[in-house]
Amino acid sequence: MDLRDTPAEAEFREELRAWIDANLPAEKRGGRGGAQRFEDPFVREWSRKLYEAGYAGLTWPKEYGGAGAPYSFQAILYEELAAAQAAAHVGVIGLGMAGPTIIAHGTEEQKARYLRPILAADEIWCQGFSEPDAGSDLAAVRTRAERRGDVYAVNGQKVWSSFAHIADFCILVARSDPGAPRYRNLTYLIVDMHASGVEVRPLRQLTGEAEFNEIFFSDVEVPVENRLGDEGEGWQVAMTTLLHERATLGFAFTATLDATVGRLLEEARERELGPRLREAVAREWIELQALRYTNYRALGAYERTGVPGPEGSAVKLRWSEANQRLTKLARELLGPEGILDDGWWNHQQLRSRGNTIEAGTSEVLRNIIAERVLGLPRSR
Amino acid sequence: MDFALSEEQLELKQAARDWLADRFPLDRDWESTEDRWAELAELGWLDVAEAGLGFVEEALLLEELGYACYPGPYIATVGFALPWLSAEQRARVGAGEERWSVDVDGVPWLGSVDFVVSDGGTAYPARGQEVASVDPSRPMGRLEKADGEPLAGNRNLPRARTASAAEALGVAQRALDLGIEHAKTRLQFGKPIGTYQAVSHPLAQTYTDVELARSLVYWAAWCVAEGDERAPIAAAAATAFATEAAVAACERSIQAHGGIGFTWEHPLHRFYKRALWLEGFGARPAELRLEVANALLE
Ligand SMILES: Cc1cc2nc3c(=O)[nH]c(=O)nc-3n(C[C@H](O)[C@H](O)[C@H](O)COP(=O)(O)OP(=O)(O)OC[C@H]3O[C@@H](n4cnc5c(N)ncnc54)[C@H](O)[C@@H]3O)c2cc1C
Repeated sequence: MDLRDTPAEAEFREELRAWIDANLPAEKRGGRGGAQRFEDPFVREWSRKLYEAGYAGLTWPKEYGGAGAPYSFQAILYEELAAAQAAAHVGVIGLGMAGPTIIAHGTEEQKARYLRPILAADEIWCQGFSEPDAGSDLAAVRTRAERRGDVYAVNGQKVWSSFAHIADFCILVARSDPGAPRYRNLTYLIVDMHASGVEVRPLRQLTGEAEFNEIFFSDVEVPVENRLGDEGEGWQVAMTTLLHERATLGFAFTATLDATVGRLLEEARERELGPRLREAVAREWIELQALRYTNYRALGAYERTGVPGPEGSAVKLRWSEANQRLTKLARELLGPEGILDDGWWNHQQLRSRGNTIEAGTSEVLRNIIAERVLGLPRSR
Repeated sequence: MDFALSEEQLELKQAARDWLADRFPLDRDWESTEDRWAELAELGWLDVAEAGLGFVEEALLLEELGYACYPGPYIATVGFALPWLSAEQRARVGAGEERWSVDVDGVPWLGSVDFVVSDGGTAYPARGQEVASVDPSRPMGRLEKADGEPLAGNRNLPRARTASAAEALGVAQRALDLGIEHAKTRLQFGKPIGTYQAVSHPLAQTYTDVELARSLVYWAAWCVAEGDERAPIAAAAATAFATEAAVAACERSIQAHGGIGFTWEHPLHRFYKRALWLEGFGARPAELRLEVANALLE
């Protein structure tokens, strides 16, 4: 155990800091996320810069545009980006979910075709898992993928699909064999969002913005070579995506929380707070450190296996609750102004209500912890 | 940056777990004060520096001592008092000849020790009126301040606090393990009670508490061991979090056990009382958080 940077890590951190200082203008720091990700052209520009400097896909294999760096470098990257209040890479789903799934299950051709443009922010991805009648119960998806020669004909509807309205590709879980038993009847496809028969309708969220969408598929032809894993193995491939969603993103989440806590501390320093609020601020800072070091502990296992463990569910769960408490606390700190729409805290607080629903609801994550980590009998 | 325990550290932790499980099983005579102090001396736990080990290893031992709800004054001697002591005194501690404790806010741990550190650096023989505490294995007291001797060492508050946090972590883990075991085996309405989310979800919440507490405790222990400047804030954070987590873990576990969890016969209350003791000895979680706030907001 040694929490100090190794000489190589220290060097990386120093270069990175200098690079951020040189490339991230002051007025572009402290963005509020949400729809800004696709409305402000700077975010894409910034993502491309991250790629060109070698900071996007830091841990991905070199041959596909990554840097082949150890996970500890990724942790440093997140820390430094958070400290600079920098925007995240625009390719949230591509970097956090589609990419790692392609690395794990993709063919050589798929890796060569899709990975680099994700990092370069040339192609945006979305995730088509949830459906009107299949949310927490993902295995119940009904969108059909029917094999017709060299293509799958896809018909059905997805919902809550973030970034689908700007996406070039979708990772889709569809039912390929309605006769096969549960968990054996799904196939995982890469769908071109510009193909004919794909229709996207943005859905307005309670924040007022539209980050997520409905997607309708009518006789969309998906070439067989766009399948990830075998036919009928879609559930297994989807599990890889979900583990990454909760764990890899766990790091990204913690970095965002880091930036938000930093902002909360600034607000707190500007005010005379009584002991109750001071204590509440400290509690959130402590929770952040706990998440940070839990991520570090997970790094070791991750480094060895390349696959995040189910423990990642714990970080996602606690992060989402922390972000909700913290953004409410900010409203309280702001006093009477706390109910005004200041453009930042107001948005963060409203947006945080989605945190305990997206990427697995808190209830589902507690089920996962109970069953897969604690070994309790299944609740269903 | 490497935040994983080394092979040696993992082995030490496992060896401690096994040794303690053998000698201090759940079905032991809980009224017994036998603490096998001489064996601790032989194991080298009373002077880990002798074996080239440091505070991270001590914290791992404390975690395991908490897991076993060990009855002797290890935390008082090694966790709290050690930094005050001279080399000669430490040698006597290492040989198992002296047991120490400290006085916090005029309430020292008086039972089962030979000397008490009080008044910012004076050693007194442990004489005075014993007063029972919530944890019967940790009798407190009013020290009779006579025959005091100045001490050579210094106070190390972050170290003492992290010791409490480490022990609390072990207690929380044990309460969780007991709850899991019960939820798997106890049947009601024809099913293991662990199938009911009202039972399993609080245990899942405890699991997240334990994992986060562990991260803070190891962070604080590392800072203390390395003399890192963040040791005071890390220790305050870890102690506030871990002691509260231990109390909550025990309370949820008692609830998951139903009636048996409320009996004197079941060992859970021993862990609960240890957790309450740890949360209450020294600064309480709310005060610790205010300290953290003062450091962050100055
Ligand atoms: C901001 C946001 C972004 C999203 N982005 C995407 C995306 O990009 N792609 C995508 O595919 N999906 C996305 N989702 C969808 C998300 O994954 C689902 O909303 C989520 O899985 C829950 O499904 P559901 O909405 O159908 O709710 P349901 O599954 O119907 O759940 C309703 C309630 O019942 C509870 N519940 C359900 N089953 C159980 C159970 N077994 N035990 C206990 N409680 C249970 C849930 O916890 C919840 O409280 C997004 C959601 C949000 C809020």
